[in-house]
Amino acid sequence: MIRFILLQNRQGKTRLAKYYVPLEESEKHKVEYEVHRLVVNRDPKFTNFVEFRTHKVIYRRYAGLFFSLCVDITDNELAYLECIHLFVEILDHFFSNVCELDLVFNFHKVYLILDEFILAGELQETSKRAIIERMGELEKLE
Amino acid sequence: MNPFSMGTSLRDMIRAIRACKTAAEERAVVRKECASIRDAINENDPDYRHRNIAKLMFIHMLGYPTHFGQMECLKLIASPGFPEKRIGYLGLMLLLDERQEVLMLVTNSLKQDLNHTNQYIVGLALCALGNICSAEMARDLAPEVERLMQFRDPNIRKKAALCSIRIIKKVPDLAENFVNPAASLLREKHHGVLISGVQLCTELCKVNSDALEYFRKKCTEGVVKTLKDLANSPYAPEYDIAGITDPFLHIRLVKLLRVLGEGDADASDSMNDILAQVATKTESNKVAGNAILYECVQTIMSIEDNGGLRVLAINILGKFLSNRDNNIRYVALNMLMKAVIVDAQAVQRHRATILECVKDADASIRKRALDLVYVLVNESNVKPLTKELIDYLEVSDQDFKGDLTAKICSIVAKFSPEKIWYIDQMLKVLSEAGNFVKDETWHAFIVVISNASELQGYTVRALYKAIQTSTGQESFVRVAVWCIGEYGEMLVNNIGMLDIEDPITVTESDAVDVVETTIKCHSLDLTTKAMALVALLKLSSRFPSCSERIKEIIIQYKGNFVLELQQRSLEFNSIIAKHQNIRSALVERMPVLDEATFVGRRAGSLTDTASTPARPSVNLPNGVSKPSASPLVDLLDLSSDDAPAPSSSGSDILQDLLGVDLSPASQQSGAGHAPKSGTDALLDLLSIGSPTAQSSPSTIDMLSSSMNGKTPVSPLDDLSSLSLSARATSNAGAAPVMDLLDGFASNPPKHEDKGPEYPSITAHESSSLRMTFSFSKQPENPQTTVIQATFTNLSSNAYTDFVFQAAVPKFLQLHLEPASGNTLPASGNGSITQSMRVTNSQHGKKSLVMRLRIAYKVDGQAKLEEGQISNFPRGL
Repeated sequence: MIRFILLQNRQGKTRLAKYYVPLEESEKHKVEYEVHRLVVNRDPKFTNFVEFRTHKVIYRRYAGLFFSLCVDITDNELAYLECIHLFVEILDHFFSNVCELDLVFNFHKVYLILDEFILAGELQETSKRAIIERMGELEKLE
Repeated sequence: MNPFSMGTSLRDMIRAIRACKTAAEERAVVRKECASIRDAINENDPDYRHRNIAKLMFIHMLGYPTHFGQMECLKLIASPGFPEKRIGYLGLMLLLDERQEVLMLVTNSLKQDLNHTNQYIVGLALCALGNICSAEMARDLAPEVERLMQFRDPNIRKKAALCSIRIIKKVPDLAENFVNPAASLLREKHHGVLISGVQLCTELCKVNSDALEYFRKKCTEGVVKTLKDLANSPYAPEYDIAGITDPFLHIRLVKLLRVLGEGDADASDSMNDILAQVATKTESNKVAGNAILYECVQTIMSIEDNGGLRVLAINILGKFLSNRDNNIRYVALNMLMKAVIVDAQAVQRHRATILECVKDADASIRKRALDLVYVLVNESNVKPLTKELIDYLEVSDQDFKGDLTAKICSIVAKFSPEKIWYIDQMLKVLSEAGNFVKDETWHAFIVVISNASELQGYTVRALYKAIQTSTGQESFVRVAVWCIGEYGEMLVNNIGMLDIEDPITVTESDAVDVVETTIKCHSLDLTTKAMALVALLKLSSRFPSCSERIKEIIIQYKGNFVLELQQRSLEFNSIIAKHQNIRSALVERMPVLDEATFVGRRAGSLTDTASTPARPSVNLPNGVSKPSASPLVDLLDLSSDDAPAPSSSGSDILQDLLGVDLSPASQQSGAGHAPKSGTDALLDLLSIGSPTAQSSPSTIDMLSSSMNGKTPVSPLDDLSSLSLSARATSNAGAAPVMDLLDGFASNPPKHEDKGPEYPSITAHESSSLRMTFSFSKQPENPQTTVIQATFTNLSSNAYTDFVFQAAVPKFLQLHLEPASGNTLPASGNGSITQSMRVTNSQHGKKSLVMRLRIAYKVDGQAKLEEGQISNFPRGL
């Protein structure tokens, strides 16, 4: 199960933070700080998996943005790595050539996409097309 | 009305915040925004409510407090339109979490929205519920969610399924309600619904054993078929990743099969074919394919045994190991660690590849590979594996060396096929990474050397050769110095030459050179230098021709500001200068150290041997009395008996090394006797020695066997007077001690003729009374000792009603004979004798100990003296 998803830039600014387990506000800030420190200085040649407290963080870097998933220790790391990539492809498709600024100004849409992709810490939809179509329907309702 | 297209205010705010150059500016902008949002909240203005909440979410993401917006979220959720609800639910998920009481208020809105006619609004409610549902909400809303799992729109069905996962995690009791709807989801064609259903079933199996049984019986076939169809499906662009149709669904299905097959032979049997197909057919050149293979291997390893499949699985992991992608190798190592338990033989085949991973640049891969290698070592492969690891030790990172060294030492000690190999490997490790070797490891090494009499010559020569090139490694130098001191003559005379050795020429002064270099090396610590001094003392006796030179070296430390070195220097110097006749006996070779005892003792006192340089601190000039005992212990080399040394004592290590006489007395018959009784008598004469020198080791004995329930008398009390004088002497140039030694040297031990086997001791002495014990044993009954106690009155008044009582721990039996009388004349003009028989059930393992109480009357006044005797000669 995914415990939280973080999207951070190299400076450690949080661009998206989704928690599927209840955490105190202060604890959330601590987690974001620690995860950023863990991933930002890692050698790119190293594995994309880091142990984090009693769980592990699967992260992937796209330009200046780090996508980090915290999952259970027994979960399939490779699957979540692929999962991050699928999410990025969806974002890329939705914003057509996504960049950090898109995510800043449309953060609420990013949350919306994420809610169509992952729910309750589990994968909800694996088809990029289905999610994009669904987003289109939701946009029409605005 | 769209808050994000019409009013550009959210955009403006984000721009304004991004334009801030400093954190203070940003805080000012945020403060202003928050103030206006609060105003809007107070005015209860519904038009801009959702825009304000959107702003608050952004502010929240920056880390500012936003609790004042919580109620606004609830109002948005309660409003009728979709855009308002959407922002409201988003705010609910971001700004609140399940522990906040505000959440209670939202349950009703959620219930209404779950029953809404607009399926998009139902979707919003399901999404919020899935992400923040609490146990109470789960109970209230479970029926709605259950019903929605059969909703016509697949978007709702999949959301309802995932929502159910959260509900059954919060309230496992609700699981049974979801079993049937979940089972029907497994027949879905829509991937989103199917993957959600599969995940729900997996979770149900985890929380409810009835559900597991149900799915196992009813659904295993279906899941196998679904997986088969998926694996054989033609190209589907919508779900294609790297040529594989929906790897995520693959993985979830294989995982569900694992849960179903674990512990059930039938279910396992029915999935063998499809697992074999997935394991062999899946492309392994992309992450997606490897992720499926990895999941498949996990399932094969968990389900009931099928030999062929397991070999296949481990071969997949073997292929992973040679992959260039670190991620793949990492998961392979992780998985192999689990596979070792199932099939060690199969994993052994990939040993070489695993060994390569130990040398990887990535620390997490190295660490896992090393753990795995450690598990894989056995008697047959220990030699090549150790060689590889030691070779790598030379080039490995500093921060990896500690881990690596510990593992190598442990492997070498556990699996060494022969002693000489063990010694060779330890020498390599010590000279390469001695600073990372733990104290107990090199202590164990010394124990092994002392037991391998035929290899001592070889070892000391090898150490001598190695120390020429490697000097920086503390524990290496310690072992080398100890061995050179101990086996110096083997070094120079090439004793015990093995065929494989090249003969070397080492003169006596070469050997002394090495130790001298050590003691002068600034980078080495106090313990090493102290050991070097002892080694020099020993060499002075082994190499009489170098005696003068050694004396010169030792005397240089008489003014050393480290008291420990100063004291040793003075004491050793006077032994060399004035006591030639006892020197050789004092520095005799150490008795063989008993390996079993050492191992047991290590297990017992694992705690704090590691950090020992506490030594200098105990050497304060007016320091406590206890430490003063230990130099004598060290010096006399044999006082620490077979009792475990107290692990709390700072002198532990030194005692280990210098006085590590752990062997039971039985092992040192024959030649050992003469010098031993001699020095015990010396202790007697010094009378410092008797209570002092032996008290620290035997305190433990008393503690461990304090069956009499009383706290053992603190050795410090007994000792204070004596040890203070000992301290004084060493500070004042050791003259008085030497006087006493002089006295000894001219007088042969006076008890020698009385008891040829065991020397007498002064068991108790106060200003008014002295009690001496002499011992005899029947040869046919070594466990029993007859002790003759003699009491002498040292005061000028006669004692009446004299009664002596003694108590012993449980492993001893004591029988007291009647005393020769109950009056004791004054000023030593007569004595009382009393004999007792002590039977030691732990003969050879534990020494005698005794507590005593002496009552008598002086001029009608009752007096009482108590004490503890722990200075019994060893071997009683």
